[in-house]
Amino acid sequence: MSAPPLTRGLLGTGDPSLAAHLATHGPLPHDGDPAAVAGELTGRGGAGFPTARKLQAVAEAARAARVPAVVVGNGGEGEPASAKDATLLARSPHLVLDGLQLAARAVGADTVVLAAGHPQLGGLDRALAERGDRGRVRLVGLPDRFLAGEESALVSAVDGGPPLPRGKVPPVRHRGVQGRPTLVQNVETLARLALLARGDAAAGHTLVTRHTAGRVDVAEVPLGARLVNVLPLDPGTRALLVGGYHGSWLPTAVAADLTLERSGLASVGASLGAGVLAALPADRCGLRETAAVVGYLAAQSAGQCGPCLNGLPRIAAALELLARPGPRPPGLLADLERWAGLVVGRGACTHPDGSVRLVASALRVFTPELAEHAAGRCTAVPGVPAFLPVPGGAR
Amino acid sequence: MSERLRVDPIACTGHGACAELLPEAVALDEWGYPLLAAGELPRELHRPARRAVAACPARALLLERTDARQPLPGRFTGSAQGRTPQ
Repeated sequence: MSAPPLTRGLLGTGDPSLAAHLATHGPLPHDGDPAAVAGELTGRGGAGFPTARKLQAVAEAARAARVPAVVVGNGGEGEPASAKDATLLARSPHLVLDGLQLAARAVGADTVVLAAGHPQLGGLDRALAERGDRGRVRLVGLPDRFLAGEESALVSAVDGGPPLPRGKVPPVRHRGVQGRPTLVQNVETLARLALLARGDAAAGHTLVTRHTAGRVDVAEVPLGARLVNVLPLDPGTRALLVGGYHGSWLPTAVAADLTLERSGLASVGASLGAGVLAALPADRCGLRETAAVVGYLAAQSAGQCGPCLNGLPRIAAALELLARPGPRPPGLLADLERWAGLVVGRGACTHPDGSVRLVASALRVFTPELAEHAAGRCTAVPGVPAFLPVPGGAR
Repeated sequence: MSERLRVDPIACTGHGACAELLPEAVALDEWGYPLLAAGELPRELHRPARRAVAACPARALLLERTDARQPLPGRFTGSAQGRTPQ
């Protein structure tokens, strides 16, 4: 299935002003049911939940609790390899603010929050001032942490607490900000809602952050597009990372036949996540890249749940050994497998599950590299810098 | 009435009292954190389970009523019982 073309894209012309926004998109229609216009739209923060159902669930929870709901726009893009939300907020802040307005109307919210990284707050404040919405939308700055955008961590941060996950019970749609029913919606999802309300076919496209040798950019692409057309592959590309640091490595041959659609990616055990796509250059080693990322993920554990606190550092250390050419301790792979099994499903959030998903895919896809390393060799060119961005990155 | 155990993974600090008091349904992993037998708690374990819940120093062990019968995969899983690992 290929989506109809967008008449007006999400990334605009690069002019973030209200005048440019109105010239491109026109005013936000005041009538219409936002949950109805959401149609087939799915969340773009990673989980891909249908937006209309989420809007309805929060509206119902607020009615049942007899308190007004809270809406939080989630721009807490903690994923170091993702830049699409920051780019969207910088280029088209008014689409996101329009979407917040629609979401607030849909769920009957009297409190509207937009949470984003500190570098984004200045531009967002200017955008709010332009539309006379300062005071109507509260801006909250989030720390640069992998889990800062996790739904319950975000609610905690908005409430002035530590930006740490709290667990799924009770869900934030029932008890979120100030204990009230809360809608947490990714900023791209909100911007798409604002386009849909204007009759634009925005649900069939998505923002991706693309990493290829020597280049990182953000693009808006149809979900029906083939992966290899979205992410140009150099000859010799060994594998693709799909979905970011909680995502999966795919062999290039497998990726060749796929589109970005959920069902196709799911059939090979992958998901688009928050839209990170990376083509591993031929001169890098997938095991070294994965070890660096998993070391970062272990360090980013909130440290609240025993299995994650104990398991991820061990898993990261084992990968660090596997990433080096040379003999490895006997039983290392068996240990790794056991530890992976012990962390999955045992955290308050899905950080251990996502981290293990990445590790498992690396061990599947980089089997030849494992054999090379065991024989004391590495296919990567010595001395090349890391390909995937890892904050605080030296290895 | 059906009941099953759940661990609050944030509250749990690995004291291990649950495994001592309820070895039929709780084992400890290699770091001392509880692994719960999957599925519903057999009826004869309801009373000892209540004792284990009351004895947890971190108040992290919970006994929950379940509405529907769940399959019993017959293996130890983590705190998120019945959830399929992704």
